Amino acid sequence: MKPEESATTGADLLVKALIDEEVEVVFGYPGGAVLPIYDSLFKQNRLRHILVRHEQAAVHAAEGYARSTGKVGVVLVTSGPGATNAVTGLTDALMDSVPVVCLTGQVPTHLIGNDAFQEADTTGITRPCTKHNYLVKSVEALARTVHEAFYVARSGRPGPVVIDLPKDVLMNKHDYIAPKKPIEHKSYKPQTKPDPKRIEQAVELIAKAKRPVFYTGGGVVNAGPKASKLLTQFVHMTGYPITNTLMGLGTFPASDKQFLGMLGMHGTYEANLAMYHCDVLINIGARFDDRITGKLAEFSPKSTKIHVDIDGSSINKNVRVDLPIVGDAGQALEDMIKLWKAKQPRTDHKALKAWWAQIDEWRGRKCLAYKQGKETIKPQYALERLYHFIKDRDYYITTEVGQHQMWAAQFLKFEQPNRWMTSGGLGTMGYGFPAAMGVQIAHPDALVIDVAGEASIMMNIQELSTVAQYRLPVKIFILNNQYMGMVRQWQELLHGGRYSESYMESLPDFVRLAEAFGARGLRCHEPAKLDDTIKEMIAIKGPVIVDVGVDKAENCFPMIPSGAAHYDMLLGPDDRAAKPVSEEGMVLV
Amino acid sequence: MNPAEAVSSHTIAVLVDNEPGILARVVGLFSGRGYNIESLTVAQTDARQNLSRITIVTSGTPMVIEQIKAQLDRLVPVHKVHDLTLEGPHIERELALVKVKGTGDKRVEALRLADVFRAKVIDAKTDSFVFEVTGTSDKVRTFVGLMESLGLVDVGRTGTVAMTRGGEAF
Repeated sequence: MKPEESATTGADLLVKALIDEEVEVVFGYPGGAVLPIYDSLFKQNRLRHILVRHEQAAVHAAEGYARSTGKVGVVLVTSGPGATNAVTGLTDALMDSVPVVCLTGQVPTHLIGNDAFQEADTTGITRPCTKHNYLVKSVEALARTVHEAFYVARSGRPGPVVIDLPKDVLMNKHDYIAPKKPIEHKSYKPQTKPDPKRIEQAVELIAKAKRPVFYTGGGVVNAGPKASKLLTQFVHMTGYPITNTLMGLGTFPASDKQFLGMLGMHGTYEANLAMYHCDVLINIGARFDDRITGKLAEFSPKSTKIHVDIDGSSINKNVRVDLPIVGDAGQALEDMIKLWKAKQPRTDHKALKAWWAQIDEWRGRKCLAYKQGKETIKPQYALERLYHFIKDRDYYITTEVGQHQMWAAQFLKFEQPNRWMTSGGLGTMGYGFPAAMGVQIAHPDALVIDVAGEASIMMNIQELSTVAQYRLPVKIFILNNQYMGMVRQWQELLHGGRYSESYMESLPDFVRLAEAFGARGLRCHEPAKLDDTIKEMIAIKGPVIVDVGVDKAENCFPMIPSGAAHYDMLLGPDDRAAKPVSEEGMVLV
Repeated sequence: MNPAEAVSSHTIAVLVDNEPGILARVVGLFSGRGYNIESLTVAQTDARQNLSRITIVTSGTPMVIEQIKAQLDRLVPVHKVHDLTLEGPHIERELALVKVKGTGDKRVEALRLADVFRAKVIDAKTDSFVFEVTGTSDKVRTFVGLMESLGLVDVGRTGTVAMTRGGEAF
């Protein structure tokens, strides 16, 4: 056979490369520049394409898919507006270290730079919001670039990778060469195996601790389900307390008595005080984000800090640590467990007993308490009841961003990783609903719930159409307080209660909106009817919007006001007057 | 002053793939994260492997410098990052072209100073010179400063290139 006869078009080649990367689903939206790819997709049945209604949703759906499976999520969008619409999703994936490969169409190579129709400098625009990006300039480089992109997206600290594909490259012909595995990248070789000397030092420090705390994050999720098992094993071996970041929820079973709950701005009293008073801080796969540390100068001032991270640039970025360990979280935990077993160190039982007594005293403050009356539903109560009815099922939770997100993190419990998908770093309103679609595609029979606010859900509400098309039984559980609740809360606390533009006027009738898209809509305002509503939602086989009218004035506590230290928490509405927010803190977000 | 807060200048050599966009990646990293660039020099240095060497002079507290290196190191097309300032003795050089216009005493004085600084005359007209001067940034700056009163017209500087002393690579 002559090479011309065996050669395939760039678009066909791309599809082959995706199949070789074990891609099953692509979330996308067609357009002029990617028509050859859509033609190739049409001619095969290995790859499933999910047609979203906005490119941002395609990326969030791919993120939901990736985070609930551990695989790379794949996005396909056209040039120009297709690519620019994807930017928010890409930034979100970058901030939360989600492996995504985003294929963007581009005008033909000879038109690049000519301000052609639907042209945008996609590699230029996405350079700061991707882990890496490529402009493929010839069909010869296409397959190799795709395989390299998947390697980069999933290796080390995962992240989004863009491949910009000019239309002529997609139409030119070339032979497909299957990738060599494993890929040997010439420059990108992240360190996964931690330095054994440092592991030894870490184990020594951990063994000698008097007031230790584990502080673990999304890095443990990204290290695979085994890492969470190892974490649980190691924490049990030591008997030490553990707190999770927002991204790390599920890496340690929430029902375990060693679990202190989430830490940070809306974390528990016991978790934050344990961070402040501890003498050894064991950070595994978390990045000392400003939502976690509060006032840096007073962050965990008495502790010796161990930090395990696969990304060297996360170490000593915000907080100076005493023992940095670059490596994979799972690998580090495995090494620590091995050494711990070999050494059988004697921990300081007396000191630990006193430490746990102190922690129990902090727990006694019951910082998540709220008062549920007969008249209106408290958002916390709605989530507690939701949890009550889902806890024995196979459930996945996504959220939007705001008060409802923090309450969901506080009141829903996760026993295993990959079950909790939320926008942590970027804080993207509109994330949860499309992410839930991605989760549902990956887990067709699971119960997938997007805990939403009425403001956030409006940001990607068009996806109701996608849900209808693919009959995705996603449940949208709206805590409707008719405000952008977190904005309103800050205006109340910091801006004298001047609720500038935070009231949601002209909200749709969510029940009828659901019905307009062939979904079911439920509404509930009375505490007495909440249980039945939740049960009905779960019983319905298809997509459901539940509009739960909740207390409009409820604020999310505990709260560390911005610029304050961990010990300076507001525990409830009555606590506020005593601790006015400093000028310095007001500047912070 | 607390040494952790003292700002110092560091010369960093970065070996990268010579590919489109690599400079934008490096510069974007500096602007996006608010780091300083005092000098930046780039050119291909290994044609066979298609590698370029970027020499960056930057300044910051020890924590910031450590961040800059870690951030550079995680860029996908970056092969190696070396902090020459920290890694021991190294040499730094810069080249400048300096155009001076003038006649009479000023012209003679310019030529005499050029000789002191071991600058070469690489273009001459009856009323102008272009000098080529090499040396540390400090020397180049001093020479340019001296030329100001002697009819300085234009300056082109390369920025710093640097290398470790001794036989080791980098």
